[in-house]
Amino acid sequence: MTPRPFTRLLPGLLMPLAALAFAWSALAVEPDEILDDPELEARARELSEDIRCLVCQNENIDSSNAELAKDLRVLVRERLVAGDSDQQVLDYLVERYGDFVLLNPPFKPQTYLLWFGPAAILLLGGLAVAAYFRQRGREAGAGPAPTPDLNAEERKRLNALLKDEGRA
Amino acid sequence: MIAEIGHFALILALVVAIVQGTLPMIGAAQGRANWMAVARPAAQLQFLLVLTSFLALMQAYIISDFSLANVAQNSHSAKPMLYKVTGVWGNHEGSMLLWILILALFGAAVAGFGGNLPPTLRARVLSVQALISVGFLAFSLLTSNPFERIFPVPLDGRDLNPLLQDPGLAFHPPMLYVGYVGFSIAFAFAVAALIEGRVDAAWARWVRPWTLLAWLFLTAGIALGSWWAYYELGWGGWWFWDPVENVSFMPWLMGTALLHSAIVVEKRDALKIWTILLAILTFSLSLIGTFIVRSGLLTSVHAFATDPERGLFILVLLCIAIGGSLVLFALRAPALKAGGLFAPISREGGLVLNNLLLAVATGTVFIGTMAPLFAEAFDYKLSVGAPYFNLFSAIFGLPLIAAMAVGPFLPWKRADLAGALGRLKVAAGLTFAAGLVTWYLQQGGPVLAIVGMTLAAWLFFATLAEWADRVQLFRIPPAASLSRALRLPRAAYGMTFAHIGMAVAVAGMTASSAWKAEEVRVMRPGETVEVAGYNYRFEEVREMRGPNYFSEMGRFTVTLEGQPVAELTPEKRFYPVQRMPTTEAAIHTTGISDLYAVIGDSDGQGGWTVRIYHEPLVPWLWAGCLLMVIGGLVSLSDRRLRVGAPRRRAAPAASAPATAS
Repeated sequence: MTPRPFTRLLPGLLMPLAALAFAWSALAVEPDEILDDPELEARARELSEDIRCLVCQNENIDSSNAELAKDLRVLVRERLVAGDSDQQVLDYLVERYGDFVLLNPPFKPQTYLLWFGPAAILLLGGLAVAAYFRQRGREAGAGPAPTPDLNAEERKRLNALLKDEGRA
Repeated sequence: MIAEIGHFALILALVVAIVQGTLPMIGAAQGRANWMAVARPAAQLQFLLVLTSFLALMQAYIISDFSLANVAQNSHSAKPMLYKVTGVWGNHEGSMLLWILILALFGAAVAGFGGNLPPTLRARVLSVQALISVGFLAFSLLTSNPFERIFPVPLDGRDLNPLLQDPGLAFHPPMLYVGYVGFSIAFAFAVAALIEGRVDAAWARWVRPWTLLAWLFLTAGIALGSWWAYYELGWGGWWFWDPVENVSFMPWLMGTALLHSAIVVEKRDALKIWTILLAILTFSLSLIGTFIVRSGLLTSVHAFATDPERGLFILVLLCIAIGGSLVLFALRAPALKAGGLFAPISREGGLVLNNLLLAVATGTVFIGTMAPLFAEAFDYKLSVGAPYFNLFSAIFGLPLIAAMAVGPFLPWKRADLAGALGRLKVAAGLTFAAGLVTWYLQQGGPVLAIVGMTLAAWLFFATLAEWADRVQLFRIPPAASLSRALRLPRAAYGMTFAHIGMAVAVAGMTASSAWKAEEVRVMRPGETVEVAGYNYRFEEVREMRGPNYFSEMGRFTVTLEGQPVAELTPEKRFYPVQRMPTTEAAIHTTGISDLYAVIGDSDGQGGWTVRIYHEPLVPWLWAGCLLMVIGGLVSLSDRRLRVGAPRRRAAPAASAPATAS
């Protein structure tokens, strides 16, 4: 490939920009955020996995590299250090950001469908299967369609056919 | 000029598809053989036209023809050639064209291999396929034309999203699409069968290989996507329950159910209505998957509305395809005669359980994926993430895997569960031992990890036991066992491979979720850190230049008890055209675990943020997926001879050369 003028200009023009971008690309939990108390830090990590980075697509704050996620990670740790229980931290976040912040949806009327839905499908499916077996069982119980007895002429033909078969 | 040829070919393809979608269908209804005969050449012509169109677009990407809006927006002259070619489907318009190409390819394949199909069924199947094509071609031409020109022509393009410039992701979409689109064949056969009012074993013999083909590509596509996320996103996760992943997972779950229920139709002539419904639902979920990802609907309802024209078209298309086929199902399914009888405890019964659990799992993923959308419509903002999905996968997945081990031991029609379990004694003993070893090794880890590993062992040993049972290992002389093993049908081996693959994958999933170790810290060159027994020495960071990016490359030397193990060179890249940084993790696999290193920012004082992960058994996850795909391929190689078996059986002499080849 022949280098184009644009590509040749790139380094000089864009290196400062590149440096800036590198600085942005903070990735998930940063060393300076980590708490000294390993027990608290472990709790913070576990909590972080259930908290949504609000500006990301379905990402938790533990793995997101957005600025907001970092702020939330620091916030969670501040609350923990201040002595909050896990539930208190979550309640605090819900108060500020609504249920949207929880990756594990809360259990309340708006989410009944979400939590009971799978069980309902299983129940309906199970009932359908049970009904299927009952119906097919009844069909089987009735036995194969009753075969009418052969009349004399039919019996004669059958015997003839069977004899034929035997000869062949 | 070439672009115009491509555009024109696409229009012609639409015309051909309209003819193919109507004439043979009417011909089949009125018994006109010559009208039905249109279907085969039309399907082949349609494929050639779409191929022409696709190649025209690819040519524009290869020569970087920035007078095409699509190329200018998604390519760049300095991009490596591989990504110029794969960039064709790295955007909305191009990926739709790829979708249509694969659809047309499948249509042409049915036309080509369908010589022994009953003529009316063939005509109807190809017609239904063409009707799907009509919808997609119209969508492409009217709302997503890849051949649109722009003026003035830009000097260079805007480049492809650097995250997509990766070999894993380059081939992920085509694999996934072959999977999605492959289910269109099962769908077309289902709809054609409903119109004909007849489903029999021959029908199932036709549907199974196509479903299997679609399923194995979908499996490979999903695995490839997951693998990409694992090494590219830089923190060692491999599944995120992201909506985009979920919509590909749903057709996989349903398709797996379909694969198994089609066996019952073929072998026992039962579950016909259910199988038809599964075929319709599987393809419907594929359609929803494609469109929902493409429309941006899942990001937010509002993103959907930014392009109302496309959004509306999508909705109408989905309603016609899914609604229409379901109405047809409701009207015609009751006319289908139910076939073979079976007791609840039987091979069929086991497959019903498989179908029930897979369908419920699909439903759960559907509810979880769609809930935020519905909630938003009612002004309630809600997130459904990994905790929800993980909970339900455990609830439905664990019994499924437990039953999966026993199912193959049950005979058809009526089985004796105690007898089947009796033959699993050795497997149960080995499983128990594996569970104990896990419990001993992990010391205070999560209980679910023991359950997961034990189930994986159970499935693994039971599947091996089933094979040993078939070849009567240790019960007859080894030579006799060997000859039995060689004579086992390939489909049986396909099942063995796929089920063992699942066991291996489950072990990988469990271990990597439960026992991942990590270290995040600022390191200076020369410092060392220990993670899971391995010593990582941070050597240096170098600045490098790639073809279209800059890079900072760190170097670690890894030792285990003083012995050198690997050199890891993670990178941080910056793509100037899109102004986007990416992380390139460095991964060394030992087969038992992955050593995973990522380099982050410099602290300006000679130190860098580094992340080191120890990922136990993650390689097993990929190996397991590979085994499943291999199982599918092995089984498919058996199917090849059984396609249209009734005719071949009638003329054994004719089939002999085919066997030899």
